[in-house]
Amino acid sequence: MTLIAIEDLHVRYGAVQALRGVSLTVDEGEIVGLIGVNGAGKSTAMLSIMGVVRPSSGRIEYRGTSLVGQPPEAILRRGIAPVMEGRRIFPSLTVEENLRLGAATVTDRTQVQEDLDRWTAFFPILRERLQQPAGKLSGGQQQMLAVARALMSRPKVLLMDEPSLGLAPKLVAEVFRLIVQLRDLGMTILLVEQNVRMTLDIVNRAYLLNTGRVEFTGTPAEIRTQGDIERAYLGGGPRSETAPAGAGS
Amino acid sequence: MNDFVQYVISALSLGGLYALMALGLVIVYGILRLVNFAYGELIMVAGYGLLLFGRSPLPWIVVAILSVIAALVAGVVMERVAFRPVRNTSPTTLLITSFAVSNLLQNIALLTISPRPRAPRLPNLFVENVTIGDIRIKIVDVIALVVSLVALAILTIFLRRTIIGLALRAAADDFTMTRLLGVRANIVIASAFAVSGFMAGIVALFWIGRSGQVWPAVGLQPVLIAFIASVLGGMESLKGAVLGGYILGFLTMGLQTWLPQGVNNYRDAVMFGIVILVLVIRPQGLIRPVYLREAR
Repeated sequence: MTLIAIEDLHVRYGAVQALRGVSLTVDEGEIVGLIGVNGAGKSTAMLSIMGVVRPSSGRIEYRGTSLVGQPPEAILRRGIAPVMEGRRIFPSLTVEENLRLGAATVTDRTQVQEDLDRWTAFFPILRERLQQPAGKLSGGQQQMLAVARALMSRPKVLLMDEPSLGLAPKLVAEVFRLIVQLRDLGMTILLVEQNVRMTLDIVNRAYLLNTGRVEFTGTPAEIRTQGDIERAYLGGGPRSETAPAGAGS
Repeated sequence: MNDFVQYVISALSLGGLYALMALGLVIVYGILRLVNFAYGELIMVAGYGLLLFGRSPLPWIVVAILSVIAALVAGVVMERVAFRPVRNTSPTTLLITSFAVSNLLQNIALLTISPRPRAPRLPNLFVENVTIGDIRIKIVDVIALVVSLVALAILTIFLRRTIIGLALRAAADDFTMTRLLGVRANIVIASAFAVSGFMAGIVALFWIGRSGQVWPAVGLQPVLIAFIASVLGGMESLKGAVLGGYILGFLTMGLQTWLPQGVNNYRDAVMFGIVILVLVIRPQGLIRPVYLREAR
């Protein structure tokens, strides 16, 4: 079943045309990758789904109903939760307060407590630091908090924007493993990433964006066999896009 | 020694009021980046509430509660009518709007009530003293001290234990992300103004209780004090607002008590001199945000 369907999406920031007719779909239970170099329009596509950026034309639908023009708070209530670029945790709130706010739309208190227990068991480091200000966490821990916070609303779809950005290579591998685990738990994930090689290792399908257009789409195997694409977007050498040696994946 | 005990009590009392004033300003600033200069008129609304409700035979405590509620409602209405339509424009527009609202409300009071100061009904407690040993204490100081601590405690519980309270604090860190978690922007902002109005109402009881009078521009001085206290403490921080308020209270009473006779007329000049000196050394205020707000 198709959960998210984007059709002919155009977004413009002033004079800059960020998206020029992007179409994509995300089906239930999939990890779909949105890859490409910096400035290709990946984050813009995600911000459009979340209602932060208003498209100039095109359609964005969730289970057949339009999301265009809805404020961000309404999108989450539909069942789409974001893990934003830069993590965007609330540094002055404690870890627990961050998590509880993730469940701001949940009125059932027992459910909130259940989920809090569940995800702090899943991420033991968060349980240890429950009462600390979230700003005191390391980058990797903040990323886990951002993911756990998004899960607190029991979303159907997770939108993840550059979850590996700024993390040490070992943690990058851990984040990618986590994404696979979440899919195995039944989550549908749209993953925006610059780390093309590792993304192709875990996604069901991917869209390769370039200057606001979908350049290529298909399974990881199909994308890998496109030699030109490999050269143009993954960089020339076989190792240039991945983390340095010792990445542990 | 007795002088000193009296000083501490009156400084704590005044500082508590200043802290509440500053909080009412900072809670809105944290979310909208707006220094709401019409905040003083919320104090005025509560003041005229004391005057108008006070004409009824209701007991004073009921009159006081109604007046605080009036300020709270006025805060929410002010946001809905004046600030929400211009919320997505520039910070300058918001600031100018706050001056316009302030001016408008003062003139409404001037035209419909009176340009001259009026004396609302106040309980006798407000002018009585109590003597313990050889220390004479104004009862109103003690009440103000206790009430401001209770108000601070209520606010703390609200900000820590309720989802709206958490959302208010989170929105001061990152408003867009708060909305992305499904928190409605309108509710967060309306709550901030409600808290602001509540603080203004509590402040009004004692501010007007001190002078015994209410007039259209009665909110001018409190809003300036609130502004100075919050700048001193650090505009980005609720703790800073409280700290700034108490410091200003201790400074004011200290200078009033111990400045030599001839210099006493220059109390405010000396005080602001000290504030400026502090800001030269710590331009961001005494409490800097621990984490820098992301530029966006």
